[in-house]
Amino acid sequence: MTLLQIDTLSLDIRGTPILRDVSLSVDAGQIVGVIGESGSGKSMTAFSVMQLLPQGSVCSGRISLSGHEILALSEDHLCRLRGNDVSMVFQEPMTALNPLKTIGEQVAETILIHERTTAEDARKRAAEALRRVELPQDRFPLSRYPHELSGGQRQRVVIAMAIALRPKLLIADEPTTALDVTTQAEILTLLKRLVQEDGMGLLMISHDLAVVADMADHIVIMRRGEVVEQGPTQTLLRGMQHPYSLALLAASDHVPDREGTPQDTPLLRVRDVVRDYPTPRKGLWGKPGTFRAVDGVSFDIRRGENLGLVGESGCGKSTLTRAILGLEEVQAGTIALDGEPVFTGHRPNRAVRRRMQVVFQDPYGSFNPRHKVARLVCEPFHLLDDPPTGAARDRATAGALESVGLSAGDADKYIHEFSGGQRQRIAIARALIIRPDLIILDEAVSALDVSVRAQVLDLLADLSDRFGLTYLFISHDLSVVRSITDRVLVMQAGRIVEQGETERVFADPQHGYTQQLIAAAPQLPDDVRKLAHEH
Amino acid sequence: MLRFALKRLMSLVVTLWVASLVIFLSLEVVPGDPAAFMLGLNAQEDTLAALRDELGLNKGPVERYTDWVGGMLVGDFGTSYTYRTPVSRMILDRVQVSLPLALYALTLSTLIAFPAGIWAAARRGKPTDIVVMGITQLGVAIPNFWFAMLMVLVFAINLRWFNAGGFAGWDAGFFPAMKSLTLPAIALALPQASILARVMRSSLLDTLNEDFIRTARAKGLSRRQALWRHALRNALIPVLTIIGLQFAFLLAGAIIIENVFFLPGLGRLVFQAISARDLIVVESVVMLLVFAVVLVNFLVDLAYAAVDPRLRGRR
Repeated sequence: MTLLQIDTLSLDIRGTPILRDVSLSVDAGQIVGVIGESGSGKSMTAFSVMQLLPQGSVCSGRISLSGHEILALSEDHLCRLRGNDVSMVFQEPMTALNPLKTIGEQVAETILIHERTTAEDARKRAAEALRRVELPQDRFPLSRYPHELSGGQRQRVVIAMAIALRPKLLIADEPTTALDVTTQAEILTLLKRLVQEDGMGLLMISHDLAVVADMADHIVIMRRGEVVEQGPTQTLLRGMQHPYSLALLAASDHVPDREGTPQDTPLLRVRDVVRDYPTPRKGLWGKPGTFRAVDGVSFDIRRGENLGLVGESGCGKSTLTRAILGLEEVQAGTIALDGEPVFTGHRPNRAVRRRMQVVFQDPYGSFNPRHKVARLVCEPFHLLDDPPTGAARDRATAGALESVGLSAGDADKYIHEFSGGQRQRIAIARALIIRPDLIILDEAVSALDVSVRAQVLDLLADLSDRFGLTYLFISHDLSVVRSITDRVLVMQAGRIVEQGETERVFADPQHGYTQQLIAAAPQLPDDVRKLAHEH
Repeated sequence: MLRFALKRLMSLVVTLWVASLVIFLSLEVVPGDPAAFMLGLNAQEDTLAALRDELGLNKGPVERYTDWVGGMLVGDFGTSYTYRTPVSRMILDRVQVSLPLALYALTLSTLIAFPAGIWAAARRGKPTDIVVMGITQLGVAIPNFWFAMLMVLVFAINLRWFNAGGFAGWDAGFFPAMKSLTLPAIALALPQASILARVMRSSLLDTLNEDFIRTARAKGLSRRQALWRHALRNALIPVLTIIGLQFAFLLAGAIIIENVFFLPGLGRLVFQAISARDLIVVESVVMLLVFAVVLVNFLVDLAYAAVDPRLRGRR
């Protein structure tokens, strides 16, 4: 039975075309995955169904939801449908809940807004909805506030709000993108179970082909506001026709070519590093406690090697990065680059600092928007005792920009003139300009679309071959780490629980935690991966 | 919540202690003889000696500090040199005017600002919003003493609804007393209300862009419901901060308005005491104002915690 039918939907926002002739349908009990990169219009398709579009939006075409013509309904009528017949789960669980209201109030609100019932009844049914998303009352009472829950638990609360009235259709917009792999797997299982139990339709939006391939019965691939291809999951994955679909498939499992082989000499040597943070004092006169973020970590990176560091949020990856960069002093242990310690006494060692650079995750937040690219790229020069000036400085800037595939003329532009992928190239140029030995890539490709990510990975591989660079590649994305690193460290609760050759660790993980991580990571079926590599 | 309040209370006590030290030391460190400063150049030697004795200048600094603080703790603020009356009595008289005036003005300002700010935010970009923002722009720009004189001209001199100045006193009854505070309160409230309305609007607009408002809308709440149930309380934190700052300002900063309306308030007392070089009064009133500001900040902190569960600490 068709639940949601979208026919030739077009959407303009203040005159800018966003969607063009989008058609898709969701049946009761069916999971439909919508795949696309940023700007493909996948989220806007979802918001069109909810009619929660930005001001100045004009829809045309037809959206029919269990007999209601959505585009013809009044706002009042739409309010009655939202939360009742169709609900939505969002990407960012950390901010999707009102911080000032208890989870019980927020779940009960869905019921109270749609039904004339007592607060007591709503409360009981809220408790039931929370139980269904595996937040039982004895451990997660209704009186909890959102800040007392983890990201995964908050996402469960959002799902409980969405399913409290057993809607016919649930829309999930990147529901697990902000979560760790193991949490992601749990949430996906939960969504699948709810679909089966309630016979509800699920429209699931994602940028991750592997996630959707694992979940959906039917896949819709979108690009630039249009549907390029759609079909039943198993058939579509194995018989993609459209060049964009094929490119997307190839990019999502891209392995860059690398030639360089690591030498035997260690470049960075980390020994028994401990990093403690003070925690708030207990009671008025209590002593502040300590939280051990990094707990006796030791490893080497050989010159020319790509070393991966994987682990879930809060495992101490970022703390370790800051310690290696000499941004924070460690409480015990040593970190040395080519035998030189990063900290001499209580001061960072400049001679070592200038041989290391870092590229961060966020291509938007890591640049000062008021500086031109030339100035941004030259920032690391302050680490040199005798930085180049004048023409030499311009040559260095141009060289760095050209080596990352941009042009020397880009130096005069501002950062807002570049796309996310270009910005990340600029971040890499900034790291390259003082010719460091070691570059730390802290989730450097996590925020990028798959096709852009594939290009940046190729660029990184190429640069490491050309300049003999050594990378420490930190990521929560196992497939990326697998594709670009020689060796991998697995970190959990401040400790390295497993390390070894990347292929060996992925093929035959020894530690329970590594096994859990690898099992949780969504992966395309093997025959589809093979297809991807052929293209 | 209790722990949070206790912690804040402790920081309040510490702040007061530091403030008392600073006030005491600043008068102590100033070169020269406070008695000579108070009496001016042509003072007689025996008058100076008498004043020194009265001020306790013959005692050591530690003893003087403990005397001063100890006195204040039991309500003894010393005796004014110029008026020859106990400072506590003078302050009490003035507080009877200044405190109700400040509260009156703050109530008015809140009563105007909240609806105006919420109204403008709910109708962002529409004529209502533009008009409200225009008026508040004017409200911020117009000096309050000029507006006060304008009101005196219109309501006191032409229409004769109010007296042009002076305070009827609480003995005359609640309503006459409040009536004589009405024009000053309006004059004080106008710029405050304008600022507060603008803060309310922008804070509410920020909150309306939050993800949880979208979540609320997806649950089936209308725009209005989402604003009242989810956005408003979240938007209150910056508004409370401004209210706290405004109250402190209204208590002591009303000096110009007090002068325009001939009100015997704290602001005028400080002003007169400074002109008359009456250090005892200055010292005490400044300490009292510090106390008021710190107390208001304490109350604002408690209000934050009442609004935001994250500040109450983990259970």
